[in-house]
Amino acid sequence: MLTYTIRRLLGALPTLLIIVAVAFFMMRLAPGGPFDQERALPPAIEANIAARYDLDKPLVVQFVLYLGNVLQGDFGPSFKSRDFSVNELIAQGFPVSLRLGGLAMLLAIVVGVSAGATAALRQNSGYDYGVMAVAMTGITIPNFVMAPLLTLVLGVYLGLLPVGGWGDLRHMILPVIALALPQVAYVARLTRGSMIEVLRSNFIRTARAKGLPERVTLMRHAMRAALLPVVSYLGPATAGIITGSVVIEQIFGLPGMGRYFVLGALNRDYTLVMGTVIFFGVLIIVFNMLVDLIYGLLDPKVRYD
Amino acid sequence: MTATHPEIDVDAGKAVKGRSLWADALYRLRQNRAAMAGLFTLLAIALLSVFGPLFSPHAYDDVYWGYISHAPTLENGGHLFGTDGNGRDLLTRVLIGGRISLMVGILATLVSLVIGVAYGATAGYFGGRVDSLMMRFVDILYSLPFMFFVIMLMVVFGRNILLIFIALGLVEWLDMARIVRGQTLSLKRKEFIEAAHACGVGTPKIIRRHIIPNTLGPVIVYMTLTVPKVILIESFLSFLGLGVQEPMTSWGVLIKDGADNMESSPWMLIFPAIFLATTLFCLNFIGDGLRDALDPKDR
Repeated sequence: MLTYTIRRLLGALPTLLIIVAVAFFMMRLAPGGPFDQERALPPAIEANIAARYDLDKPLVVQFVLYLGNVLQGDFGPSFKSRDFSVNELIAQGFPVSLRLGGLAMLLAIVVGVSAGATAALRQNSGYDYGVMAVAMTGITIPNFVMAPLLTLVLGVYLGLLPVGGWGDLRHMILPVIALALPQVAYVARLTRGSMIEVLRSNFIRTARAKGLPERVTLMRHAMRAALLPVVSYLGPATAGIITGSVVIEQIFGLPGMGRYFVLGALNRDYTLVMGTVIFFGVLIIVFNMLVDLIYGLLDPKVRYD
Repeated sequence: MTATHPEIDVDAGKAVKGRSLWADALYRLRQNRAAMAGLFTLLAIALLSVFGPLFSPHAYDDVYWGYISHAPTLENGGHLFGTDGNGRDLLTRVLIGGRISLMVGILATLVSLVIGVAYGATAGYFGGRVDSLMMRFVDILYSLPFMFFVIMLMVVFGRNILLIFIALGLVEWLDMARIVRGQTLSLKRKEFIEAAHACGVGTPKIIRRHIIPNTLGPVIVYMTLTVPKVILIESFLSFLGLGVQEPMTSWGVLIKDGADNMESSPWMLIFPAIFLATTLFCLNFIGDGLRDALDPKDR
């Protein structure tokens, strides 16, 4: 287990290096600098700015400097929001995104698993078809379409929920639902599929034959096996929720990281965009690794050594 | 015995006409009602998008000052879907947007197809160290947050439509490469490949003439599932303001405009959303139907 963890950590290093390198060189190859303005600045000031942000050094030196800073957890100053460092912006935005994403993930797991499992128990019933139709809709319709439509119906026409703003729990309901819906749908489909398969397997027949109560058979024996594919889906689900949060925060005007990322991208704020991409990349890699480790703990067939 | 009734054997041979794999698949696809409905609806949307604007009395960038953010109406030559915030006919814009979205979907998928098939077939055919090196590279690419790199690409090189589909094609080839590689690994041990070798056919030609055509089934299925993914990413980028630029439009741009104005003019959101959602539904149904038709094991 320990050696496996270490090996995975070492294996993630080249990926991280590639993320940093691609982000860095792509941004630096861009035509037009971050300080281009309508009116050209005097050359002396330009030189000063370049020196301040190390832009006067050769590209390779800049990269090594940047890499060194990133390794120490420093993403440098923001090019556009002059008085802020990228770290400060991330520190401001991340708690909001974390709360949004965490709640969406929780909703996806709880609702998705229970809907999928109950649908599997009543296979081919009207309830089953209903759940699967909703799941198909959730998977097909992207969240940037779903979010405005939900807002229009629940917020504008029915007036049940606030349309925008940020503060108490009521403001979070619509964004969390819109963000979670595609993941709820995937989890429900996965759970239903694997549950149907598990219910046909020999160990469930054995459990029933030895007279276990149905509740114990389902909860302790069937669910544990049926949840394995769901656990391995949690990695891609994280990536999906992070990508989705970019759009959802934009729609609802939430002060999260996704919004900073889009603003940075539209303003050519190089350091902010690079910092966010690297931060998201690390998050996804770490989460994938955790999921693999948890999978090993749950599945008796997997041995790490 | 055989000499006495030769004509019976001949007749029997004629009566049973063998059905090819493709005829079989086509039959199964026709039986799938969801897939067929999807196919016809999609065809209708595609024809409307391509030819509709030619018959519309309004060009997609005609501005009517008297009809800004007007609800659906029959006045002024008819604005069946209403007009947008600049007084342009929404029906025409939705159809023009459909052209762009469908074109991006198809072209980007073709880019991913060419790269993925060539890469996968090469890796699978050579096997060994070449294969593990090439696939290791794919694994690393898999774990990158691609959406963010595409966004960076848009930021860096400006927002033009040619770049969008090249970028999307470059992102989506990974799965294709894996599928083709898997197929190739099992194909290359088959007798007809050995026969081609024995006849002295060169490696590139074997890959082109014998391996790739035989991987076609799964590749077609995966292609139909890639098109909606690509359309989705393009709309996502356009929604963020990083895709197609004014006055040209796509469904993502229109949905973004609609979302901004939905309280006063809900039609600006509803019509493009219906078109995008219907197209995605159709493509998913067709993809599922093709998978069931071409690969009946997997049902």
